[in-house]
This record gives sequence, C-alpha cells and structure tokens, in this order.
Amino acid sequence: MLPAYDLDTIFAALADPTRRAILARLATGEATVTELAEPFAMSQPAISKHLKVLERAGLVSRGRDAQRRPCRLEVEPLVEATAWIEHYRRIWGANYQRLDDLLDELKAGRDTPSPPAGTRGD
Amino acid sequence: MPHRIDVTTPSDREIRVTREFDAPRDLIFACHTDPELVQRWLLGPPGWSMPVCEIDLRVGGRYRYVWRSDADGSEFSFYGEYREIASPERLVHSEWMAGAEEAGESLCTLVLTEADGRTTLTQTMRFSTVEAFDQALQSGMTDGMGMSYDRLEQMMEEQAVR
Repeated sequence: MLPAYDLDTIFAALADPTRRAILARLATGEATVTELAEPFAMSQPAISKHLKVLERAGLVSRGRDAQRRPCRLEVEPLVEATAWIEHYRRIWGANYQRLDDLLDELKAGRDTPSPPAGTRGD
Repeated sequence: MPHRIDVTTPSDREIRVTREFDAPRDLIFACHTDPELVQRWLLGPPGWSMPVCEIDLRVGGRYRYVWRSDADGSEFSFYGEYREIASPERLVHSEWMAGAEEAGESLCTLVLTEADGRTTLTQTMRFSTVEAFDQALQSGMTDGMGMSYDRLEQMMEEQAVR
C-alpha cells in the first residue's frame, strides 16, 4: 500500500521556501523552535505555524522533553514522496536518450540528399 | 550533457514528463507514430525489447506494443486507440495494460512545441482513478528508492549552501 504518508500533504508542505529552509537546517541536527526562528526574520509563532504544517506531513517530529521539545527531521516520507519520480525519470530518461540518438540519425539522413557529404557549421 | 527531464503531477491522477530535444518536432512526431522508429527507442527498463509494434494511425485506429525480456522471454503489452491526431504537434491516445484491465483506461497526451529548431516534448498520462494512479506510483517506488536517497542528499546540500 502506498503511504502511510499523504503525498499531497507532503508536496504542499515542501512548496514553501521557509519550510524547505527549516528542513535543510534540521538536516544538520535537531533544533528548538527558538533556534529555528533565529536565522529568519520571523516571529516564533510564525515559525511554529510552519512547523505544524511540516509535522502534519510527517516530515518533522518533536521531542518529548517538555521544555525544549526539539524538532527533528523525518526522512522517510520525503524519500517515499520522491522515489516514484525517480523511477519515471529513470525510465523516461533512458528512453529519451535513445530517442536523441535516433533523431540525430534521422536529421543526418535528411541532410545528406542536398549537399554532398560534408561538415556542417553547427 | 544529458538533457534535463522534469516529472511532475499536475493533478491527483496525472503524471507529466517534460523534456527538450535538439530536433524539429515533425521528426519527433514520426518517432512516436512510425512503428519501425518506435521500436528503436520506446524500450522501458534495461534488458527489454519491443518485438511487436502495430500502429493504425487514424482517429479510432488502434495500436499495440509488446515488450519482451531478453533474460527470460516474459512479455507485457499496452494497447489502445488514437483519439486525436494533429501532426506534428499533438497526439492523444487511450492506454490499457494487457492483463491489468481492471486498472481502467489511461489517457496519454503528447504535445510538441518547436522554437528555433528545438522541441519541447510534454507527455501527460491521466489515470482513470486516483487508485490506479496510486498503484502506478507504488510500482515505481521500490525502483526509485535508492536514487531518491541520493537526490535527497543532494537537495539538502544545495539548501544548506544557500
């Protein structure tokens, strides 16, 4: 079965640059809301709002420590969300590379009848 | 240098692949509609060939592609009907996977736009239901998982550098 995770929610969460920056920060290690708010010109409540979106998407989890409640990056949903894209990219990438070669051949064939075989400028 | 290929989901049951080519679009259109040409590039996963390619290029006409594994001779095939033919810019056909008809009919739309001798190809597959779409995504998941980790790492590095 697909996801545990809802792809729409994940992609919506990833669609915002601040949220992506938060994830990038968390990729280097866990952090508290205060620490996360520092590099941004944003209030803590604003950051908390973004964190809620990320939490709902399963991309971020919060620690148990009642005081600090450090935020942590959850990688699994991200990997699942992008895995199928990689699959399509790979299959179609290989097909289209073969198509490139075939097109080169067809273009060469189309060129030959007019001038005698020679090198073309481009 | 390999060309950039974009894969997106314009809706909850569509997959879209976009790619540029250094060729005029009539050649690319021919490569999608002339069986002898199709057989040379539309091969799917490595180790598969397309021994059967039948195309009846008219609206309502049918096509059938059969792929065969070099390794064990197993086969799978797609078939369908042409719905719109506007050479050299647009081709719409239905698609069924033989043996998996319960997944319903997908609709494939190929759009070719040309500028300065270069062509942008957009191929959109619309699945019959959200369930069929999820199933297709799922089948691609295992295969893409490893690469996905690599790309994720790369994405994180790029973000961190900014």
